Parts: sequence; structure tokens; C-alpha cells
Amino acid sequence: MTLDSSALKPVGDTADPVSPTGGRAPVRRRPSAWRRRLSRWDTRLSPYLYISPFFVLFLLVGMFPLGYTAWVSVHEWGLLSGQGDFIGLENYSRVVEDRYFWNALRNTLSIFLLSSVPQVLIALVLAGLLDTQLRGRTLWRMSVLIPFVVAPAAVALIFGNVFGDRYGLVNEALGAFGIGPIRWHVDTLASHVAIASMVNWRWTGYNALIFLAAMQAVPRELYESAALDGAGRVRQFAAITLPMIRPTLLFVIITSTIGGLQIFAEPRLFDTQGLGGSDRQYQTLTMYLWELGWRVRDLGMASAVAWLLFLIIIVFALVNLAISRRVGTLGGRR
Amino acid sequence: MVHTPNSRRARLVTGALMALTLTMTAAACGGDSDEASDGGKIKLTVATFNEFGYEGLIEEYNAMQDDVVVEQKKAGTANEHQDNLYTKLAAGSGLSDIEAIEVDWLAALMEESDAFVDLSDPEVEDRWLDWKTEAATTEDGALIGYGTDIGPEGICYRADLFKKAGLPTDRDEVAKLFTSWDDYFATGREFVAKVPDVSWYDASGATAQAMINQTEYSFEDQDNNVIAADNPQVKDVFDTVTSLSEEGLSTKLVQWSEDWTASFQNDGFATMACPGWMLGVIEGNADGVEGWDVANVFPGGAGLWGGSYLTVPQQSEHPEEAMALAKWLTAPEQQIKAFEAKGTFPSQNEALSDPVLLESTNAFFNDAPTGEILAERAEAIDFIPHKGPKYADINTAFQQAIQRVDEGKESADEAWQSFLADVERLG
Repeated sequence: MTLDSSALKPVGDTADPVSPTGGRAPVRRRPSAWRRRLSRWDTRLSPYLYISPFFVLFLLVGMFPLGYTAWVSVHEWGLLSGQGDFIGLENYSRVVEDRYFWNALRNTLSIFLLSSVPQVLIALVLAGLLDTQLRGRTLWRMSVLIPFVVAPAAVALIFGNVFGDRYGLVNEALGAFGIGPIRWHVDTLASHVAIASMVNWRWTGYNALIFLAAMQAVPRELYESAALDGAGRVRQFAAITLPMIRPTLLFVIITSTIGGLQIFAEPRLFDTQGLGGSDRQYQTLTMYLWELGWRVRDLGMASAVAWLLFLIIIVFALVNLAISRRVGTLGGRR
Repeated sequence: MVHTPNSRRARLVTGALMALTLTMTAAACGGDSDEASDGGKIKLTVATFNEFGYEGLIEEYNAMQDDVVVEQKKAGTANEHQDNLYTKLAAGSGLSDIEAIEVDWLAALMEESDAFVDLSDPEVEDRWLDWKTEAATTEDGALIGYGTDIGPEGICYRADLFKKAGLPTDRDEVAKLFTSWDDYFATGREFVAKVPDVSWYDASGATAQAMINQTEYSFEDQDNNVIAADNPQVKDVFDTVTSLSEEGLSTKLVQWSEDWTASFQNDGFATMACPGWMLGVIEGNADGVEGWDVANVFPGGAGLWGGSYLTVPQQSEHPEEAMALAKWLTAPEQQIKAFEAKGTFPSQNEALSDPVLLESTNAFFNDAPTGEILAERAEAIDFIPHKGPKYADINTAFQQAIQRVDEGKESADEAWQSFLADVERLG
């Protein structure tokens, strides 16, 4: 603010007296051209300047790590020993040749499907139910968010006990119905179901609330006219609600894809070693990355995994985008 | 008339300044904003994990010192502490002035001994058991850590279950039952024949670990070449433990898992290897269960499990003060107080003959003279196994292979083959 206007003016300007009469036009022309240019820059540049803090921060904490990870991934890079030789894509080829990479990829996809798909579907139904004239609506709406408030580590501890192989709650309940103990920590599919249920327990309510917010913005007249036309609740939901909340649907599907492919805390805390079971039967890609970086202490390979995961997520997000665009247009022909 | 362009310009300048400020703030956040002084005093931090028993000691030290304030940072588990330590070593900043390290990671950290202050000092030369100091001394004679505690092991057992199986229950008689592993396993077979729904020991992995710890060179030789795949002793331990599981001697549970913890309350097993710090764990897990006792014996001679050091990272801004504090904390008098607080068994020569240690008993374990028993167990140790930089990683793979057999995911042969592949992968 110390820069007052005179400092920015051309030298000649201050010497020219601004007379109210005839000489005005030639005197004013130079400064006004300058000012006009300034004002043009102002209108053009100011908006960018105002939003620049976000992008500057994003460059620092978003793009820089991304680029730096790429840089690390083409070097030999020990956790403690630091940067080594440039080795091109060797880290990538070592990762792709490692059988535990493919194992982790398979587990990630399986847990992702078991969590994200039911999660979004249940959240949709839940939101549809909450979007009605329930008694004590606020209470119901708030209570679906409670699981979200609990820290993931605490969830993992509780569910770890609930899904205990020998003395766990679930198995004791199942035993009452004569169903043999399920080995939640041992069998691949059972462990995936257990982990997915932790994830779902945490995120379903959150997604339901986002859906609910979108549903509340749907004009009520649409339902009224649909009801007049004889459409039932289910038909209304499919033909009005779903297409109307499509942007939100896309948002939730994409965020849960990103989250689903990066599941870490739940499987990591599902046993004590944190490697995903004796046979790595529930080791996800992020856990594999962590194992390489902090157990094997090879940051080069870990960074290569990070980049592969990044690419996989982009591919999945695009596929999901395509699919859900389709789904959204099925109900309403808009 | 001049108003409009002027205020626009002002906005432009404000915008530019704001952007600049934000950028600079963000950049400043990356720097070290941790101010070392606290009212003119030097602030020292001590990072530990689990229970070191230092709470009272730090208060005492703070009261003694005028120009130093000590603060303890406790991590819940050793793993959590280890991850933090590695991350900040790699980052080159953020470590505490004193960092505790566990003996299992010592070898890997010895390779980075430049990152730690040389703590050697004639004043403390003979303070610890020889092997404790040797393990933390580099080839050039630098000492990177002061010993805190060690983990000599006895055998904890359930006297009530022993009685049920017709075995002696008195701790001196039990001590005579199994001085060798063969006797231990034979007694176990006898036990499970009489009490079939209770296992003999708590976890296959723990038993395998105890046997591996009695092998001088298990996974790596003296030059740290990986020999795990070809070492007949390793294969022998693997075969023994996996076949005993089939005979029903093991709970087939993994140590520290929820089921393992629950098995203390469910008469899951009758015996387990127990270093001093395990006594507290058993007491917590088996709360309300009566019949626990400790025998002054360990199959195959003696065994060690765990034990730690205090190090001063080069990152510390006050290495001299930190060294003085570490020296004080690991002095015999202080270690005895830590033992009284949390049962961490001292590694200091002088503390081992301290009457407080020798006369201590444990009410939960039928008033067993635990101090005396563990001191004798510590004396029985004549060598400590070599643990190289890959030890912890290979050991994890080894434990997982045994677990796969216990869980029925693989046969013993398959599990051994996949262990070999894992060793190969770790290179």
C-alpha cells in the first residue's frame, strides 16, 4: 500500500497541470492510455491472482510431491541411504515382476468392489428413505453420520475383535445358527468381506448424507406430477431422483473409487504385523507401497508403486465416469 | 475521479501481496518452527515406546536441573516408533534429542551410525554387560547407544493346568522338567494327552523365535551374507515347530493377535516363554485368571527377547545435554527405579546385584521371586545371536511361513518353498 499512484505515473505526468479547459485532451491521453492498460490487466489478471493462493498451494503440496515421486521412482533410493544412481524404469520393472504386486492389485480390486459398490447402492437407498416425511428426521439423518466420526484405527480395533477367528463375536453368533466358524483373518474372501464391511460401516452414512442433500434440491413438483401420472415410489426414484442427482452421483462414485483403491488403515490394522496376513491375502496396493518403503526401505520401488497406483486410479475414474454417465441417462431421457 | 483506477490498483497490489504472503507462509511451514528454548531453558525431548518406566525419572531430572526441561514422547508400539524413526532419519530432521531403539533394529541402524552421536565415554565404559555394549559399538569403536533393559527369558506356566495333567506344580520342580527343548516338547506331548483341549505353548512363532535366538548365526553369517535358505539349523527349527503344531502342542495363534489375547482368558495354553517385560503383559491379559507362576529355566540354556538402547541422533541441537541426560537415565540407580515402575529388567552390571531387584517378587505369579529368577536367567546367557541388517525382514517372512502352515493355507513343504522365494526377494 505504500505505492501511491504518483509512483506509477510516467515522469511527464506530474509536470502537466490538469487544466479544466482546452488543453485537456492531449494532457490526459498518455496517462489514460496507461491507466486503461492497467485497468485491462486488472480485469484480466485479478481473478487469477485471487484464486492463485489455492493453485500455489496445490503446486506445492500436490504437484510437487507428484513430480518428486516420479523423480524418486527412476532412481535407486533407500529410505535411510537416500538418492542413488539413475536407473530409468528399472524400479517399475522390478515392481511388475514382483508377485506380491499382482497379489496386492487383485486384493485391492476385490476389496474395492466389495466396498464401493454396496456402499454407493446402500447409501442411495438410505438417502431415498431419509428423504421422506420421517418422524424425528434430523435425528435419523445425523445418526447415519456417527460411524464417520469414529477414528478408523478405533474402527479397525473394534472390528478386529468382532471378526476374531476363534473368539470373535460374529463367529459366536454364526455358531448359534450352526454355521461353522469362518476364518476371517485366514481365508482370502472372508478377510476381504470383513475389511470391506469396516470401510462400508464408515463411509455409507457419509455418502448417504451427500445424496440426501442432492435429493432435497430436486423440485417437489416433479414428484407431484409423476404421482399424478400414476408413477409409484420406485418408478419416481428411478425416473426422477436418479437423473436429477446425477452430478452428485458422479462425484460420490469418483471419490469412492479414489478412496476404495487407496484403502490402507483398515487392512493394515486387521492383524498385528500389518503385511496383510500370513499369505498377504489382504495386502492392498497402499500397504504394499508402505511395505516397500518402510519395511524393505526401498523408496525407489515404493515411488514406482505410487505412480502405478495413480495411473490405475485415473483409468478407473474414467471408466466409472463413462459407466455412470450411461446409468444416469437410462432413467430420464435428458 | 482518480478514485476508481487508484483503488483498482490497490486491489491489484493487495492481491499480489496476499498471494505472496500465502506462498511465504506455506514455505515457512516447511521449516523448523520448533523453538528450542522454553523461558531461557534448553528443551530436550526423549522418544520412547511401550513402557520404559521413565515418567518419575524425568520429573526427578527436571527438578534437579535449572537450565534444562525434559519432555517425553511415548509411542504406543515399537513398530509405530520404528516407522517414525526411519521416516525422520530419512527426512534429516524432526527426531527427538534422545531416541530409544530396540535391539532387533539395531543392526540396520548400525549401518547408518553416522546419523548418531558417538556416546563412548570412559566414565561409563564398564556400566553394562559386555555383549550389550558390544552390539552397539561400531568397527571404529563408536558407541551409538546406551543400554537400557534386556529381556532374559524364563518359562511362565499355569500351575492349575499342570496339576490337571498330573505334572508337578512347584516352580523348582517344574524348572527341572525341561532344560532341553526335547524335554520341553516331550512334557508337552504328555500334557496334551491328558488335557487335550488346552495347548502346550501360546504360539508357534514365539517358540520358533526362542529357538532361532539360541542360534549364533541364523539368517545371516558374520559378514551379513544371507544364509537363511541353506542353514540346516533354520530348517530344523521350521520342521520341528510345524510338526509340533500338527501334534496339537501349539494354539496355532499369532502372538499379539486378538485371538491370542483372548486365549489367556480361555485356558488356551499352559506355558509360554516370558522375558521380564512379558510378566506385565500376562498379568494384563490374564486378569482374573489364577494359577500363573514362573519357573527358573529356559529350554536349551538361556534366551533373550527384546531390550533397548537410548541414542542421540546427530540431528539433535543439544547433543551434549542430551548425552548427559541419556547417561543419567541409563545409570544403574535410575534403571532400578524404572524396573520398579514397569518391570524393565536392567542391563547394567551394578543393577543386577541390587537388592531391590533381587528381592522383588510378583504377587500375580504366586509371589515368585521374579527379580532373582530373571537375574539368574540373565547370567546363563553366554552369547547373543548375530542379527544383521536383514534380520527383521527375514524373520517376518519366517514367522509368516510358520503361520501359513498353522492356518492350513500351505503344507509345510509349500510354506518352506515360499519362504525361500521371500528370502530371495529380500535379496
